[in-house]
Amino acid sequence: MVCLVWGGPAYEDGQVITFEDVSKIYPRQAKPALRHINLQIDKGEFVFLVGTSGSGKSTFLRMILREYRPTSGKIYVLGKELSRLHQWKVPALRRQIGNVFQDFRLLPGKTVYENVAFALQVLGRPISQIKTMVPETIELVGLAGKEDRQPEELSGGEQQRVAIARAIVNRPQILIADEPTGNLDPQTSVGIMKLLDRINKRDTTVIMATHDQTIVDQMRRRVIELDQGNLIRDQVKGVYGTA
Amino acid sequence: MRHTFRETLSGLKRNVSMTIAVIVTMTVSLTLFGLSLMTFAEVDQVKGRWYDKIEISVFLCTADSAGTSDSGNCEPGQETSEVQRENIKKRLESNPDVETVYYESKQDAYDAYRETYADSPLLDSLTVDQMQDSFRVKLVDPQNYQGVVAEASSLPGVQKVLDLHQVLDPIFSVLNGLKWGTMGMAGLLLLAAMLQIGNTIRMSAFTRRREIGIMRLVGASNTYIMLPFLLEALFAALVAIVISGSALLSMYEFIVVRNAKLSIQSLAWITWGDAWTSVAGVALVGIVLSIVPTLITTRRYLRV
Repeated sequence: MVCLVWGGPAYEDGQVITFEDVSKIYPRQAKPALRHINLQIDKGEFVFLVGTSGSGKSTFLRMILREYRPTSGKIYVLGKELSRLHQWKVPALRRQIGNVFQDFRLLPGKTVYENVAFALQVLGRPISQIKTMVPETIELVGLAGKEDRQPEELSGGEQQRVAIARAIVNRPQILIADEPTGNLDPQTSVGIMKLLDRINKRDTTVIMATHDQTIVDQMRRRVIELDQGNLIRDQVKGVYGTA
Repeated sequence: MRHTFRETLSGLKRNVSMTIAVIVTMTVSLTLFGLSLMTFAEVDQVKGRWYDKIEISVFLCTADSAGTSDSGNCEPGQETSEVQRENIKKRLESNPDVETVYYESKQDAYDAYRETYADSPLLDSLTVDQMQDSFRVKLVDPQNYQGVVAEASSLPGVQKVLDLHQVLDPIFSVLNGLKWGTMGMAGLLLLAAMLQIGNTIRMSAFTRRREIGIMRLVGASNTYIMLPFLLEALFAALVAIVISGSALLSMYEFIVVRNAKLSIQSLAWITWGDAWTSVAGVALVGIVLSIVPTLITTRRYLRV
């Protein structure tokens, strides 16, 4: 089905993200943010993206969303080469990619239900669909019964669950999480990781940038490490620190 | 769609004072713009009516024409001779720019004068001999008069060539100044209105930046994101258009239809059709004026 929507030359079922010799140099900056990155992420993978601040993690994630174009090289996401993707097709790409951030980014003044429903409303989904998909998703993230709460009445972990619900309610192929546990205590972080793992098991590709060593070491998933824009490690079932 | 309208409404409420400011500026500038459109139509109307009727009068010499400052091609103490008269007539009739030529004798002129100014006290002292023989020349194209005037002025026996352009042109240059003046002022005000709309929409987009950010992130289409802002600007524009449209139409009714048309009947006045055309122009400009700055300002927030 994905092929029908996104059918492109380099897309074989299974390859969700491909970087081909991708470099990114920001204007007015001498040092490249990314240098000659080559990698492939398959459907259903769970990938940790690690590296110090300024290593290029954010650039990497934003390029998947086509917020930036590479200076050189090619990026394929769901079968589309992003540099050649028309401006007006970018929204369609983003519907396939969920996003979670360290600071949750919930809308104040909207309830939990409204925050999650917002993502569907703005895509013009019919109300009947919203009425089934939103409660389902809220239940999936473990917030059943808290639909009518305001975000500020919730704990950090719960707010992040709302944000995750909003990111996945449209059933995206890819979930990008940028330091989702950055503001949470270790106990709560474990809960969030369990949730991301559950989402991953539903065949959603998860890419998570993190500084949290414990989580990476516990989960034992693929680890991609960036350092000053270079890909220095790509390890199946890796750990946080360079061994 | 429900979401769009809700957002539009909340945007309007949030910026009530700015929305009012926009409406006021737009109303004033659109009204001025409509007035200048109506002035344009009126000037054209009058011009068309008058210029179409313009004839050239070629006055012939009388016995006492020469010696005055306006002696033209007259011989001292001589009226235009029969030969000269025939020659003038022939030359005028053979000119390709001329449609018809007719002769108005002193007596004809005297009669016409008596008829026009029947009540004038001057009438009693006026004699036939004080009038002048003349040729009245109708042109194929009234705008194209210089050639005929130049030719007629050079003929012997012609005292003076008078064309109404000399009289009307100064009047029209004043009217033209007026019409471009109002247009210019309207233009400046419209510019101000446009900048104000741009600012209002920018503020509105700024207060909604979180929502916009999330909409972009989840892949809402640009049209969808922009729609509330467009509607907000369009709403202000529509209110302004309605107010200035009614103002223009009632100005036409009260100033032109009920007053000017009755008191100055000799002038051609614009019709209701012209008034409505001006209102349509105002509506069009109002809508464009609200959409363009909105598109320009929101583009910044929609850049992907």
